[in-house]
Amino acid sequence: MKVKVEFSGGLELLFDKATRLTVDVDEKTTIKDLIAYLKQNHLKEKPELFMSGDSVRPGILVLVNDVDWELLDGADYKVEPNDNVVFISTLHGG
Amino acid sequence: MNGKSCVRCGNKAQLKRPKTGELICKECFFVVFETEVHETITSSNLFSRGERVAIAASGGKDSTVLAHIMKVLNDRHDYGLELFLLSIDEGITGYRDDSLESVKRNKEEYQLPLEIVSYEQLYGWTMDAIVAQIGMKNNCTFCGVFRRQALDRGCELLKVDKMVTGHNADDVAETVLMNVLRGDIARLQRCVAIVTHDESGGYIPRAKPFKYTYEKEIVMYAYFKKLDYFSTECIYSPNAYRGFARELIKDLERVRPQCIVDIIRSAETFQFDTVNIRKQVISRCEKCAYISSQKICRACVFLEGLNSGKAKLSVFESEGKTQKSKARRVEEEEKVERSKVSILNADW
Repeated sequence: MKVKVEFSGGLELLFDKATRLTVDVDEKTTIKDLIAYLKQNHLKEKPELFMSGDSVRPGILVLVNDVDWELLDGADYKVEPNDNVVFISTLHGG
Repeated sequence: MNGKSCVRCGNKAQLKRPKTGELICKECFFVVFETEVHETITSSNLFSRGERVAIAASGGKDSTVLAHIMKVLNDRHDYGLELFLLSIDEGITGYRDDSLESVKRNKEEYQLPLEIVSYEQLYGWTMDAIVAQIGMKNNCTFCGVFRRQALDRGCELLKVDKMVTGHNADDVAETVLMNVLRGDIARLQRCVAIVTHDESGGYIPRAKPFKYTYEKEIVMYAYFKKLDYFSTECIYSPNAYRGFARELIKDLERVRPQCIVDIIRSAETFQFDTVNIRKQVISRCEKCAYISSQKICRACVFLEGLNSGKAKLSVFESEGKTQKSKARRVEEEEKVERSKVSILNADW
């Protein structure tokens, strides 16, 4: 199934300046699986700035269809076809 | 996918508030976010009617949201303030030139006058040229000292009464933690003040309207409002010391988000042994008349070093010591590393 992914707040720099991607993942893929998939297939540099353990690094916000993933099941949320998953770094200076 | 509802209006919730754990929808989030900043401003009496206020604008997320909200609240609640954007151009190609473009877009969008003060015009040196001469070791120290003074010079040019900065609750909590870790009691006491100024009126008071505002909410606000900001780390920043404190705070926040505001509240409530805190005696630099605790201010000491090609030495000279054994010098270098952090936050 197709899932849309967006990066902002500086994270796009780790993904070859890609701000949007469409990825094709299996049914029952969780956000945790998606993070691993993105690391495997799209992340270009400094994985430690994107990941911590098997999730994203603290300070990176995740939204699914404009809903904070903390309202869903966080990293265990199962993505659905055409979901829009946004990763935003809060770690850059302001 | 999500059946949870907003605690205020019952519509679909979109955000979990870190400060309170409340679930809230986008529209109600805008209301509470703006209301809380307004309450911080009014309860701390940050401004008086008729004042001219500079917004320190880097083009990053915090200052972009700050510019937006100052404009919104000033109009909505009729604060009667005259607002200005103030940016510093450190002369860092590929970093500041890009972020200044985002400040220029903010200028158009919010219809606020913009003043850009450059290191090159003030000091005759860009950070690119400084790094070319001194390398990447003490460059943040130079930059921090120069920026602080440049912001004050910009305030003088704009003839403002106050400056507001985008420092948020996460930044303040980090700074509290760093001051505890290095036992800097004088700064620990100052860093939680919502307005900082020196008693002799030597520089423009600086206020932090986002002192209690979580970084997560600032970024969410910018995202939902589609505000235009720039996000790239400075190419010369090693970002080490503050980075550790920052990471610790973010790890703690994941377990218990309230910790950020609790750290600030703790520091606000500390009782300080004021007798034993060294008070800085503020006078004027003999060269440039900028406020300084030394005869010659640090910026002038650095500049003298740069201009005579001895910049590396001047970092040590400014600490007041020149002759050192090797061991002493290593110790001193560590001290400079630490002071880098404190200089970057010299207004805390």
